Amino acid sequence: MRLLRAWAAGLPAYLWSGWGAIASLLLFFAAWEAVSLVYGPLVMPDPRSAFGTLLGLVESGAAWPELAATARRALTGYALSVAAGSLLGLLAGLSMTASMMSRPLVTVLMGTPPIAWLVLAMLWFGASDGTPVFTVFVAAFPVIFIGALQGTRTLDNQLRGMAEAFRLPPRMMFTDVYLPHVVSYLFPAWIAALGTSWKVVVMAELLATQDGVGAALAVSRSHLDTAATMAWIAAVVGLLLAVEYLVLEPIKREVERWREHGA
Amino acid sequence: MSAPPRELRVDGLSHAFGRDEVLAGIGFRLPAGEVAALVGPSGCGKTTLLHLAAGLLTVQQGRVSNTFATTAFMFQQPRLLPWQSALDNIALGLKAAGMKCDERHYRAHDIALRLGLAHRDLDKFPHQLSGGMQSRVALARALVLAPDLLLLDEPFSALDVGLKEELYRLLLDHQADREMGVLMITHDLMEAVRLSDAILVMAPEPGRIVCRFELSVPAARRDDAWVYRHTAELLQTAAVRESFGLPPAMPGAGERGAEAPAPARPVSALRLVVPAEPVPAARGGSRCGG
Repeated sequence: MRLLRAWAAGLPAYLWSGWGAIASLLLFFAAWEAVSLVYGPLVMPDPRSAFGTLLGLVESGAAWPELAATARRALTGYALSVAAGSLLGLLAGLSMTASMMSRPLVTVLMGTPPIAWLVLAMLWFGASDGTPVFTVFVAAFPVIFIGALQGTRTLDNQLRGMAEAFRLPPRMMFTDVYLPHVVSYLFPAWIAALGTSWKVVVMAELLATQDGVGAALAVSRSHLDTAATMAWIAAVVGLLLAVEYLVLEPIKREVERWREHGA
Repeated sequence: MSAPPRELRVDGLSHAFGRDEVLAGIGFRLPAGEVAALVGPSGCGKTTLLHLAAGLLTVQQGRVSNTFATTAFMFQQPRLLPWQSALDNIALGLKAAGMKCDERHYRAHDIALRLGLAHRDLDKFPHQLSGGMQSRVALARALVLAPDLLLLDEPFSALDVGLKEELYRLLLDHQADREMGVLMITHDLMEAVRLSDAILVMAPEPGRIVCRFELSVPAARRDDAWVYRHTAELLQTAAVRESFGLPPAMPGAGERGAEAPAPARPVSALRLVVPAEPVPAARGGSRCGG
């Protein structure tokens, strides 16, 4: 509740600080337009026609079911990896042996390209929702796992000694010492994992499903419809940016107000 | 009341980390209202001794009995929780004791102001405070518990002289008001002479107490000249020089003290009470691996 209030109170100032970001985005659109003028609309449609197509998709109602399907899969996989990654990472961090054993395994997971998992997932789950959900899960899991692991491993012995000297009961030890520290590692990992999920789900859908943004991209590619392609890309990226910068980033600022900010 | 006298008593305390013998045969007594300083070179086991006294380490051999009602600890570094405001950091020990939010904030606020923190500092996070302010917060966090016994682990070593002087004064005021026992670690002889009623000199390998000095003038009445003179005097004694690995003192001055710790010179307020005991034999075989 307190967090919600702080989020709402901080929003106007935060949005105002976004002018710089908007200016650089507009420069990007200008460059986009310049490329489309040079190479023609088949290679690169100009931003206006891309956004026009997007608007058409939204108005005709064609966009929402696809976006909803994509979001459903991304968020399911993401939720699973947040739950499993946080829990297992914390547990592994508690034991020296477990963290040493899990590190190389996680490196293997991270090093395996998502497309390889996708191929396996297609063999295992076919054209069901399971394929994108599994791929998202496998791509996001190690990021969160590592965050949780490091959060537990880096607990400060000095603070623990201090907490013991001041006779903190176990409950306070958790809420006042361990939790804030671990969250400061977990939260950035959650945000990074959300970005990964959103990108991976589109890739998985492109190859493995009949609906969703990825499938729509596959259709527009086969029609050589670059305007529709750009429209779908803009929709996906726009949604991700909105979630990240309107919801997660302000929360992160509030949660991590105590951190040292670079001068 | 038939309660036992409030004191910290340490008898025959030895401690080892693995095969490294850190402390051997430590014994002393700290009554209420006394400030005792443990001085000695780095690595002589002072911090281990303090942690044993605070119950942060398990006693392996010997006995530590603390009959003070409340004990507070102040560390070498401020060790503040970075995600809590200065006020919440100060109130941490009270929160741990189960005190209500309003009450503990009120007390924390009160003591913070007395220790020279400003209102506006109290909402800040530790990283927004200067080193000196952080030390004040750490001192406030210990003193707000109204401890009968305060254990200090070189808390002022990183501060500039002006700030040190000020915190010394705040500490001494508080100590005198409450008859608080204080056991402090320092490697700064001047700090020990400035603050303490008794100075326990430790020597390393294994850590042991080699002698005890008592200072007869109350800390509040010592001025700079007094502190300089007695620090110099302390530094001339053979036990102190040997403990810190200094060469023997200039001919004449230190020689006498080396063999027979003679009664204090008539003008001095520094009195050597416990002569350097023979070093307790290190436990047999404990160093064969080295």
